[in-house]
Amino acid sequence: MSQPVSHHPETSKLMSFAAGSLPEPLAAAYAAHASMCAACRGELRDMELMGAALLCSAVPTSGDAAGSIPARPLSADRAAAPARHDASDRLPAPIARHYGLSFDSVRWKRLGPGIWHHRLTLSPGVQGDLRLLKIAAGRQMPLHGHGGMEVTLVLDGAYRDATGEYRRGDIQDLDDATEHSPVADPGAGCICLIASERPARFKGIISRLVQPWTGM
Amino acid sequence: MFQAVTAHRPPFRAPAPYLKGMMPDLLSRIASERSEEAFRRLFETFVPRIRSYMRSRGADAAAAEDLAQETLLMVWRKAALYSAEKGTPASWIFTIARNLRIDRLRKEVPWQELGEDQEEIASDDAAPDELVSLRQRQERVRSVLAALPPDQREAVTLAFIEGLSHSEIAARLSLPLGTVKSRMRLAYGKVRAALEDLQ
Ligand SMILES: [Zn+2]
Repeated sequence: MSQPVSHHPETSKLMSFAAGSLPEPLAAAYAAHASMCAACRGELRDMELMGAALLCSAVPTSGDAAGSIPARPLSADRAAAPARHDASDRLPAPIARHYGLSFDSVRWKRLGPGIWHHRLTLSPGVQGDLRLLKIAAGRQMPLHGHGGMEVTLVLDGAYRDATGEYRRGDIQDLDDATEHSPVADPGAGCICLIASERPARFKGIISRLVQPWTGM
Repeated sequence: MFQAVTAHRPPFRAPAPYLKGMMPDLLSRIASERSEEAFRRLFETFVPRIRSYMRSRGADAAAAEDLAQETLLMVWRKAALYSAEKGTPASWIFTIARNLRIDRLRKEVPWQELGEDQEEIASDDAAPDELVSLRQRQERVRSVLAALPPDQREAVTLAFIEGLSHSEIAARLSLPLGTVKSRMRLAYGKVRAALEDLQ
């Protein structure tokens, strides 16, 4: 991959991901980040060691024998033919494989001036929101807050807000307390994956975008 | 806030023999010789633990039994795909159980890949020094966890074993979200510090 990632997930949330207890949309974004970040893959391996140690130290309920091995086990898997993913595609492998998408095959839908999206389906009954968002070069989003846990993962281009600049592979953890007004890179614009544990409130943000006071 | 800590503290036991380094061996015998004897030993060790792991996330007895057996069947089938870079055998088995629990009990997508669908195929055996360092890592993690203050151990146990999200843990323990997160970070900080000089 190109330059190393400089913004990583918050540690306790990465632990939650390793534990298998992160809400689905956020887990998708973290998996996508991990596929682009060797440092986080290393941390995840260590966090999984914690899971293993906790699992092994748990005391099974008394009188709980293993029972007998079922009669079926008996063929070995060879390596299954991997679902093809072109490593040079800018869409992260987990997302590309799960949704059968490639970066260039995304069908963008216009949300407002200089902003497009593509919604990604979550499992039935899962709360939250997962979508790809494309923002035109130089476009500034109005100041907005976030409900619950939300993360942004940059896939292409970059954006900047008061906290810094976010480039490909960088993840930004946003939560209830965060308000920001990100600006897409003036040259390349920005394409990112947005995951939220609550239903998205894009409508309000977009309607403010078209109002004249945004100064666009 | 008060006394919540002692409510669900699981007893912490001395390391079982499989954590002392026999597991890589069992797994490689399953992979190379299809050793049913080696498999039986893994099965006896892990089925009861994974069964209670599944029950703690709400599976009834029959479902927990099925999922525990299915986890071990996957170990049998995929043993040849295990490699040291996937972690220790125990952490690899943990990830199989974790993904199965997300898939079957939560009916969500287990977003973390186990590596079997990645392009590379595991080599037959990990180099001996790789296995030694894995054993050391697992052993150090085990002793860090055994020595954690009860409030931190409780937080990581609720996350890893009961599968609770941060907000569910906060609600369960009547703690602010920030306290839950900082307990988890503190626990992991100790694990990291203990592993720092390895590898
Ligand atoms: Zn990272």
